[in-house]
Amino acid sequence: MWVYIVRRLLQSIIVVLGVTLITFVALHMGGDPTYLYVSERVSAEEIQATRVKLGFDKPLPVQYLVYLEGLVQGDLGESLTYKTPALGVVMERFPATIELTVFAMVIAIVFAIPFGVIAALKRGTAIDGGIMTIAMLGQSMPSFWLGIMLILTVGLGLGWLPISGHVALLEPLLKGNLRTFVASVPGAVPYLIMPAFTIAFFSLSRNARLVRSSMLEVLSQDFVRTARAKGLPEGAVILGHALRTAWLPFVTMIGLEFGSLLSGVVVVETIFSWPGVGRLVFNAINQRDIPLVQAAVITFSLVFILLNLAVDLVYARLDPRIRLT
Amino acid sequence: MNDAPTLVQPTRSRPWRRARRSLARAKWPLLAMVILAVVTIAAVVGPSLAPKDPNRQNVIARLQQPMTPNRAGKVEFQLGTDGLGRDVLSRLIFGARVSLLVGLNAVVIGGALGTSLGLIAGYFGGKIDDVIMRIADIQLAFPFILLAIMFLVVLGPGVMNLIIILGIGQWVIYARIARGQTISLREKEYVEAARALGAGTCTILFATTLPNILAPLTVIASFNVASVILSEAALSFLGLGVPLTVPTWGAMLAESRDQLLAGRWWLAIFPGAAIMLTVLSFNILGDWLRDFLDPRLKQTS
Repeated sequence: MWVYIVRRLLQSIIVVLGVTLITFVALHMGGDPTYLYVSERVSAEEIQATRVKLGFDKPLPVQYLVYLEGLVQGDLGESLTYKTPALGVVMERFPATIELTVFAMVIAIVFAIPFGVIAALKRGTAIDGGIMTIAMLGQSMPSFWLGIMLILTVGLGLGWLPISGHVALLEPLLKGNLRTFVASVPGAVPYLIMPAFTIAFFSLSRNARLVRSSMLEVLSQDFVRTARAKGLPEGAVILGHALRTAWLPFVTMIGLEFGSLLSGVVVVETIFSWPGVGRLVFNAINQRDIPLVQAAVITFSLVFILLNLAVDLVYARLDPRIRLT
Repeated sequence: MNDAPTLVQPTRSRPWRRARRSLARAKWPLLAMVILAVVTIAAVVGPSLAPKDPNRQNVIARLQQPMTPNRAGKVEFQLGTDGLGRDVLSRLIFGARVSLLVGLNAVVIGGALGTSLGLIAGYFGGKIDDVIMRIADIQLAFPFILLAIMFLVVLGPGVMNLIIILGIGQWVIYARIARGQTISLREKEYVEAARALGAGTCTILFATTLPNILAPLTVIASFNVASVILSEAALSFLGLGVPLTVPTWGAMLAESRDQLLAGRWWLAIFPGAAIMLTVLSFNILGDWLRDFLDPRLKQTS
């Protein structure tokens, strides 16, 4: 178990170094990055001054080490548009993105299980066909298009849900203000439903298909037949035996799931004017605020890597095959 | 479909005949093939097919609804016009080009790179295998689209940049599958025979092993084209795809956002539907290829 944990930790450190190296290389691939930081009409002296100030005159390996040093101290450079530390700007928007992603993840997992199980149990019927067709569509639809369609129909056409707006949930919680948090939940949910569903639909579709095939596999195994032969009611066989086995591979997916949901955040937040990191990245891209994009990419990657590490460690605790080695 | 003629043509190789029959029986893959054929034609002969110049602005005919007749009573813009008076249908036809170009090329690059590295890793094993697969693990350990954003912001938009970056993003899946398959074939008699006959490493890898592992790779490639097209659309939506003068479905959707509140639905529905139908077709084709070429894969994915 300890060997596994240490190995997994080392692996994560290598991945973090890989991410920093790649973002560093990306920054330098377009030539001298100084020009990204200065406006077009400045004198050569000013460009040189900026170059020295930002350290771009030093050899690349030195620059990388300086960059790593800054990273460890939480310094990711200054945002060009906000004129404040980029990391601070990102962290300010982070709670809203977490709210959205967590809500999306809940939708992607909670709804996938019943749909997948029902499709597996009704294999070959119209219900199975219907669920699988929708799942196939869900995997083929650009999430931002789904968002636009939802705005057109549910938002503007029917007027059921607001098409933009946000009530902070995580912030009061982080400040330890539990009562404010509970009080703001009913107000926050309507704003969350459409964007979260938009982000989740792709994963939801994939998960439903996975649950279905996983269920079909488990249902044909001996222990399920034995359970049935014992005379257990069908419900107990499905929930107590089959589903318990079928959903285990799912646990490891949760971390990866978070990553694919995070990738959807940039476009979907933009569509729903959600005040999170995704829309921040979109604006930063348009204003070519490279340090801000970089800070957001690194923050997302770190969260993703840490989450995967946590999931794997929890899984190691659950799975005796890993626990005992 | 009438498959009687195939029966009197015994010279045709069997797999193709089997494929054609299987396609004729299954309605959805056939429909997918038809849609992809239409998209391909639009992409290849788009300029002569499109009724108008996709970038020609027409201030008088701004934001026309689809099928609006002009004064002469004729429909000039079948799918309407956008905020600059450009013909939506023509832009849609031109948009097929970028989607297919990027989707197919990125998969070819990623597939070639990943398959070669997978073959090498699987055949040689040891240190080389370790290094290649560790790099693959690292790449899988973070959401690739974020790094694509990072690179494209710095490098600027362009079809070539898009193809290379999305291509590099895909190699891991091919490497993993090629490696696994190569390991299982490494000790097979015919590989040993090739080695005994004095075949070089290159010959063994690419002439002896590769043809025997192509089936699963083809299946993955079909799904992969679908996901690359989705990524391309998302990046174009963010303004990171190709220069704005080139019409793309993703960029059309991005532009439709400003007209959404005014209820200009046609600007959003058509490009989105084009993306969805194309991606759906590749997914359906992938499903069918998987069942057809390699039923064993059905359980694993």
